Amino acid sequence: MHIKSMAEYAANGETPEVLFWVGCAGSFDQRAQKITKAFAQILDKVGVKFAILGKEEMCTGDPARRSGNEFLFQMMAYNNIQTMNAYGVKKIVTACPHCFNVLKNEYPALGGDYEVIHHTTFLQQLINDGRIRLKEGGEFKGKKITYHDSCYLGRGNNIYEAPREVLQALDVELVEMKRCRTNGLCCGAGGAQMFKEEEAGDTRVNFERSAEALETGATIIAANCPFCTTMLTDGVKNKEKEDSVAVLDIAEMVAKSLA
Amino acid sequence: MHLVQQILFILCAGISVYFFSKKVGEIRRNIKLGKDEDLTDNPSARWRNMVLMALGQQKMFKKPIPALLHLAVYAGFVIINIEILEIFLDGIFGVHRLFAPMLGSLYAYLIGFFEVLAALVLIACVVFLIRRNVLKVKRLNQSELEGWPRNDANLILITEVVLMSLFLIMNTADQVLQSRGAEHYTLTEPFWITSNFTGMFSGLSDGALIAIERGGWWLHIIGVFLFLNYLPYSKHLHIVLAFPNAYYTRLKPQGEMANMKEIQNEVLYMMQPELAPPSDGSQPAQQRFGARDVMDLSWKNLLDAYSCTECGRCTSACPANSTGKKLSPRKIMMDTRDRLEEVGKNINANKSFVDDGKSLVHDYISVEELRACTTCQACVEACPVGIEPLSIINQLRRYLVMEESNSPQEWNLMFGNVENNMAPWKFSPDERDKWAEEMAAEA
Repeated sequence: MHIKSMAEYAANGETPEVLFWVGCAGSFDQRAQKITKAFAQILDKVGVKFAILGKEEMCTGDPARRSGNEFLFQMMAYNNIQTMNAYGVKKIVTACPHCFNVLKNEYPALGGDYEVIHHTTFLQQLINDGRIRLKEGGEFKGKKITYHDSCYLGRGNNIYEAPREVLQALDVELVEMKRCRTNGLCCGAGGAQMFKEEEAGDTRVNFERSAEALETGATIIAANCPFCTTMLTDGVKNKEKEDSVAVLDIAEMVAKSLA
Repeated sequence: MHLVQQILFILCAGISVYFFSKKVGEIRRNIKLGKDEDLTDNPSARWRNMVLMALGQQKMFKKPIPALLHLAVYAGFVIINIEILEIFLDGIFGVHRLFAPMLGSLYAYLIGFFEVLAALVLIACVVFLIRRNVLKVKRLNQSELEGWPRNDANLILITEVVLMSLFLIMNTADQVLQSRGAEHYTLTEPFWITSNFTGMFSGLSDGALIAIERGGWWLHIIGVFLFLNYLPYSKHLHIVLAFPNAYYTRLKPQGEMANMKEIQNEVLYMMQPELAPPSDGSQPAQQRFGARDVMDLSWKNLLDAYSCTECGRCTSACPANSTGKKLSPRKIMMDTRDRLEEVGKNINANKSFVDDGKSLVHDYISVEELRACTTCQACVEACPVGIEPLSIINQLRRYLVMEESNSPQEWNLMFGNVENNMAPWKFSPDERDKWAEEMAAEA
């Protein structure tokens, strides 16, 4: 399977249906690459005409902005917007809620106006439109699964139902954690915490969140963010439950359930 | 005798309103020390927020038991103030129960209703005192509340208990006097609650009863005047400021961070120098990046600080706080208000602010607190009156990084990677689409 870049589309005088914004985690992190590949596989199978920016994509600047480095953020944003506007990008899908939030809410003020969709919403739409067809009695049917709301999809952008609807379409037994939806507890990675040691405390945020997820008795923790996936996987390992409990992105679950 | 009481009353009322207005003026001036921020867009959504959040207390109901108790106190406070109107007019005109003849039998219903509310307020305040001091609910007993904030909370609750008790005692004595046909005591139908307690006072003489009734009346109204003047110095100010604060609260998605237009232009001129305005030789005005002190925050951040009643819903939702880090979003708001009050006193003493060598960051809020934030917005979501501690945290972080170059070594490495490798990790930009090549190879 060949994944085309915006440059290739442009060279052929074509426009893709949607730009898949991969993000830094999805591009470089080994765990997150699997999510990227799963999502690309779904898009390819369903026949969505999509492109990536490839080597032209740069960090959105999110960790710089959240840690306080507005100069660096604005420089990254300037470059990305120049690139995307030159290609005439209209619609973007991304598997990272941090990229999603910045592209959707923060780039417009800097001259980048796009329709931005998170991959869980995109998957839900493809399922509803009948473009994604799922196996009867797939791998996750009846399995006890809990869903972790990422901060930037949930509280940040009020998206709580789309990911849950995708899980329902997989016929899972969805069990909620004590703190979910608007009350969902952070995984500990946001605000550029991913890139530094946690401040001194009694425990780590990801340990607390993972313990709460394990309390539900779920065998799979479904996530929608590459950073949450990493943090929760570490938390599950800390409780020595990695053999019985998996942390999966919703795209990975859908990819495994395609008819 | 009546005239003396009238004059005394008008004097008390005048003094109390004078000092209250003076302090309100100071608070208004302090809030206006903040930077401009235009929050007048979409008035219909703003009115809706005010009605739902402040009047309807929508967000309180995430915790139903405190919400119901709070509703009782709130409804009591607002509705019983109609009775204060009568007390106030009685005081000025030297009459007694001015509205009784006008309203006829409706009057007893109204007072009966107030009495039920007063009893509910009394019960709720006692439960609140128990929650704070006996059950020691965690969010009401955290370290930032030690000292004055804890006393402030208890003082408010005790005052309410006393005021409501005085109101009920006054009415009880009044009804015994009514039944004896005492002069001036307008005959009304029995009041719902206090009519059941008249037996308590039946053995007392008319003189003693009048003393109790008058004493209750005077202590009640003096209590109200004192409370009015205590309000602007206290966390209890939220009963007023919750309304404007809910009106001006954020309408944009919570995930969106405020843009810095001044930096946007600098970056633009750096990238496209031809767009930069020609220099006229003058030095550009010194500007601050991010916030070092309260004057660098927006007026809404400062209104937030005065609207905070220190309930701690933000702090109990904060992932950093609940895992033992130093950060507490409630403390961020309390520190902002304390520093702003200090700046206000400085202005009162010196006409305009004279540098006191202090700032909000470092002297009040430590770097460690600011660094613990995950920007998860749980504090913003939790606040019943639409306060945004995260907005202050973000602005203080901007100051630390951009003006003090004060960031942990790991963040400096991350900045370097973003700038040079276009990703927060040290990977070669050429490998960004390696996964796609792998997919092609795997197929």
